[in-house]
Amino acid sequence: MIELDRVGKRYSTGFEALKSITLTIADGEFAVITGHSGAGKSTLLNLIAGIELATSGQVRVDGQDPAGSRSALPLLRRRIGLIFQDHKLLHDRSVFDNVRLPLDITGFAPRDGAKRVRAALDKVGLLSRERALPVSLSGGEQQRLCIARAIVHRPSLLLADEPTANLDMDYAQEIVEILRSFNQVGVTVVVSTHDLVSLRMARPRVIALSRGMLAHEADARTEDTGQKGAYRPTLRRGDDR
Amino acid sequence: MTAWLIQHLRAIALTGRQVAVAPLSYLFQVLVIGVTIALPLLLYLTAQNLERLAGQSQADARIALYLAQDASGKDADLIAARLAAHAAVAGHRFISREEAIRDLKRLHGIGDLIDALPRNPLPDAFIVRARSTRSADIEALRAEAARWPKVALAQLDSAWAARLEAGLALARALAAGLAALLAAALLAVTFNTIGLQVVNRREEIEVSRLIGATHGFIRRPFLYTGLLQGLLGGLAACGLAALCVLLVNRQLPAIGALYSADLMARGLPLADLAAVSLFSGLLGWLGAWLAVTRHLWRLNPR
Repeated sequence: MIELDRVGKRYSTGFEALKSITLTIADGEFAVITGHSGAGKSTLLNLIAGIELATSGQVRVDGQDPAGSRSALPLLRRRIGLIFQDHKLLHDRSVFDNVRLPLDITGFAPRDGAKRVRAALDKVGLLSRERALPVSLSGGEQQRLCIARAIVHRPSLLLADEPTANLDMDYAQEIVEILRSFNQVGVTVVVSTHDLVSLRMARPRVIALSRGMLAHEADARTEDTGQKGAYRPTLRRGDDR
Repeated sequence: MTAWLIQHLRAIALTGRQVAVAPLSYLFQVLVIGVTIALPLLLYLTAQNLERLAGQSQADARIALYLAQDASGKDADLIAARLAAHAAVAGHRFISREEAIRDLKRLHGIGDLIDALPRNPLPDAFIVRARSTRSADIEALRAEAARWPKVALAQLDSAWAARLEAGLALARALAAGLAALLAAALLAVTFNTIGLQVVNRREEIEVSRLIGATHGFIRRPFLYTGLLQGLLGGLAACGLAALCVLLVNRQLPAIGALYSADLMARGLPLADLAAVSLFSGLLGWLGAWLAVTRHLWRLNPR
């Protein structure tokens, strides 16, 4: 479970990215954080992952404060799968070695690790490219590779920052389908995105941010009940500014 | 196999891969470290060998007591009695002036020249062997004997050894100082080398941190690299020192023959060589630790 209690983030420049956000994301949820550029989406994900520290309030992931002990943070991160907007792939290593990195970090035996890596690559449809270098992959394939690396150690929480950015509709749908399949087996998925259209089929809980504040919350499933575009007003709120 | 062991094996394998990527560059780094350590090591070896040589000379230290030309046989007997009773004297031998001139003729082949002299110019003499091998004790005995009646000159044959010993003390101090300076240089070399590797692998470090790598996990391959670099550098230094000893020993017998001495330089014993390599490895490890810790802190203070 992710709990944010009156969380604020102010940078040294004085810019206030988040203002008193209180929010709970339950285990097994598929949540989408949306909002305009600069609304604080990525900052929120960074606080959950312990990449940045909140300047006020408290963040708890599975009851643990990512800003707490420095020695506990790596262990927390091993329970999280991170999918980055810029992929953060190691371009001098093969697809296989990129995916194996989290297993190396946890000290997985090489033979068992190889099985897991191939299973993860199979899941994202990249098994045939395991010897390739990331630079030879398309944007969509790189994003899938990033997902394979994020799920290979079987995390209970997936955090994805703009996973469908710069992808065409077909690739974006593939990515969302992969994320949804993990959510269906109980993994909590939190995605920050502008692209609510691609994520519609995952029927996520939508959390909209505007100017660092919680602007709107909706459930995409309401669309099925005829309440058209529960997240559209959210987008308009963001665009209104 | 535990996760701990797997991670160490992985770090060692990664170190091996790093070396394999640029073996020539690694070889030169090892050579730089080797030469750096070889300098104080050679100075130390030189001091050790000279000390051994001086020690041998001290052991052979003899005081020659030359009696006055007018000393009688009775005077010589009195001095012999004093020497026999002296606690600091291990033994003595009387060489009469006649015996001395005979030896001079026999050993140096200048009989005709000596025969041409109007009288025997050599004095009676005693060769005294001191009980102690310490230069201060020997010098004290010499000074005391010089004051005895009818002793014209008391000469310590190994007086040069005392001067050499003082010189050696200076050389040892210099070797220690140079070793400390060059240890700092080795630390700096490793710090910079590993620091560059950290910068080159900055992206990998950042990604590893984000997906749960501890500082220990990130440091490990660099520490092995530093340790290996230091160890190999230490071994290279020992190899260079051994080579120098070998080269010197090709020349020394010829020089020794000129002084009727059996001169051979000795290398360091195996235990000392192992200690030098381990110390160098330790410095490599420390330099790597400092470099990675500094860079980790600079990359992200958290």
